[in-house]
Amino acid sequence: MQLICILCPRGCHIQIQQVKDGEWKIEGHGCKRGKDYAIQEATCPLRVLTTSVWVEGGNHRLVSAKTDRSIPRDKIIESLKQTKGLTVKAPINIGDILVKNIAGTGANLVATRKIDRE
Amino acid sequence: MFRKAEVVIIGGGPAGLAAALSCHKHGIRDILLLERDEYLGGILQQCIHNGFGLHWFGEELTGPEYAQRFIDGVIEKEIPYLLNTMVIEVREDKTIYAVNPQYGLMEIKAKAVIFAMGCRERTRGALKIPGGRPAGVYTAGMAQRLINMEGYMPGREVVILGSGDIGLIMARRLTWEGARVKMVCEIMPYSTGLTRNVRQCLDDYGIPLKYNHTVVKIHGRERLEGVTIARVDDRRLPIPGSEEYVSCDTLLLSVGLIPENELSEGAGVMLDPMTGGPVVDEYRQTTIPGIFCCGNVLHVHDLVDYVSEEAEIAGDGVYRYVNGQSSSNSNYLPVVPGEGIRYVVPQRICGDREVEFFFRSDAIYERGSVELTDGERVFASKKFMRLVPGQMERLKLKKEALTDKEKIKYLQLRWKGSAKEDDRVCN
Repeated sequence: MQLICILCPRGCHIQIQQVKDGEWKIEGHGCKRGKDYAIQEATCPLRVLTTSVWVEGGNHRLVSAKTDRSIPRDKIIESLKQTKGLTVKAPINIGDILVKNIAGTGANLVATRKIDRE
Repeated sequence: MFRKAEVVIIGGGPAGLAAALSCHKHGIRDILLLERDEYLGGILQQCIHNGFGLHWFGEELTGPEYAQRFIDGVIEKEIPYLLNTMVIEVREDKTIYAVNPQYGLMEIKAKAVIFAMGCRERTRGALKIPGGRPAGVYTAGMAQRLINMEGYMPGREVVILGSGDIGLIMARRLTWEGARVKMVCEIMPYSTGLTRNVRQCLDDYGIPLKYNHTVVKIHGRERLEGVTIARVDDRRLPIPGSEEYVSCDTLLLSVGLIPENELSEGAGVMLDPMTGGPVVDEYRQTTIPGIFCCGNVLHVHDLVDYVSEEAEIAGDGVYRYVNGQSSSNSNYLPVVPGEGIRYVVPQRICGDREVEFFFRSDAIYERGSVELTDGERVFASKKFMRLVPGQMERLKLKKEALTDKEKIKYLQLRWKGSAKEDDRVCN
């Protein structure tokens, strides 16, 4: 499997192959994190979800948000469905939890922008 | 209204905010930051994706979070700023004319000025794509603003022209919002965006990236109905017979950014045709003493972290200037791009301290090194496994490395290694 590491902008080209169960042959990684990334990517790819959520009574229409940790890539669409129709009330601070345990991933959707009252 | 300020910073995005904090850190208190939008933070506020701050903060932040850290700093240090303020002219003597709804026309006398106006997107007009003028053709950044900040969906079936980072990020964002992104066309044989974005924004969702392809016609009267794409040859011209019709209601353009230098030109600073930004020295001082610049107005960066770093350098330069500590050395050494290098910043140096050069290659190169030379001696060099135009690189010149300075006429940054990689035909 050919991968491009997304952990930092360097973008290492990594080759990973399963030798046998739980044993991997990895080449091309620039650091230890790249090695862990490759195994994770080959087994269950993780991503941070970022989106915007509607705000009521704020100085902006939408508040930007992210999951406070990486979630399985297959859970992204399901997580986004949970934010559909969601409206949160101003004021909002960075880090405020907007959705708890989104799509059962254990991650919370948190605000990434400060929104004041209108 | 008339007022004075020791330092006026034009632009309240990442470059302006970091420059303001840098000036403050160096002890300057009479600062005035001017921002034309109704909030600070600039374009970062619409870049809601993560990946910012790995270098500067050692953690991964979203755009708004990255911006807020600097905004908090500016507020905490009580650095004065004006919002909704449009600068209309900067004179060579550092008089600034600006307007805002509160004070009307303002004349501001500054000792030093920092340009931090950022850049803007190239539009359809710059590409001269034939066809109608239907709705549905957007720059990628415009679509980003609509979706992330205004809450509007630009369309349902999308073709993206150009593989710049914003285009790639928007491919994923649109997919997440339920649109169908049919393809990304890139006229070059390589992506101009970061590799990690190709991976996590396109590969993750099976969106094809068509290298050596461009859009040659736009179809539709009221609303976009489709585009004709074509393969290009090695001179980037469409190959007759390779045309293909792709139906879509939205076309996003991610075809490059242009430093916004109308004010700089008005002031009379010299511009570098390769970067589109001012010619600067290692303190980021332009060709007019006391006018400095940093960030995307100087040259387009791929990482905001490097913008913040550059703003720190400019802040240091401004401090030296207003305190009469600028280098007395007016014999600048020109630094020019040589073999394989498209541009280098700074374009000239006094050479009295360590300098880090920011540069881009003109094509993809593998295994070799980039060296700084005067044609005979090599003063600095760095090995590269891979050099791509989409990624800005850096090279440090140590102070003590520059010996016998009087004998050097110019410095040249050049690639030494394997020849240019053949334009690989992908897809």
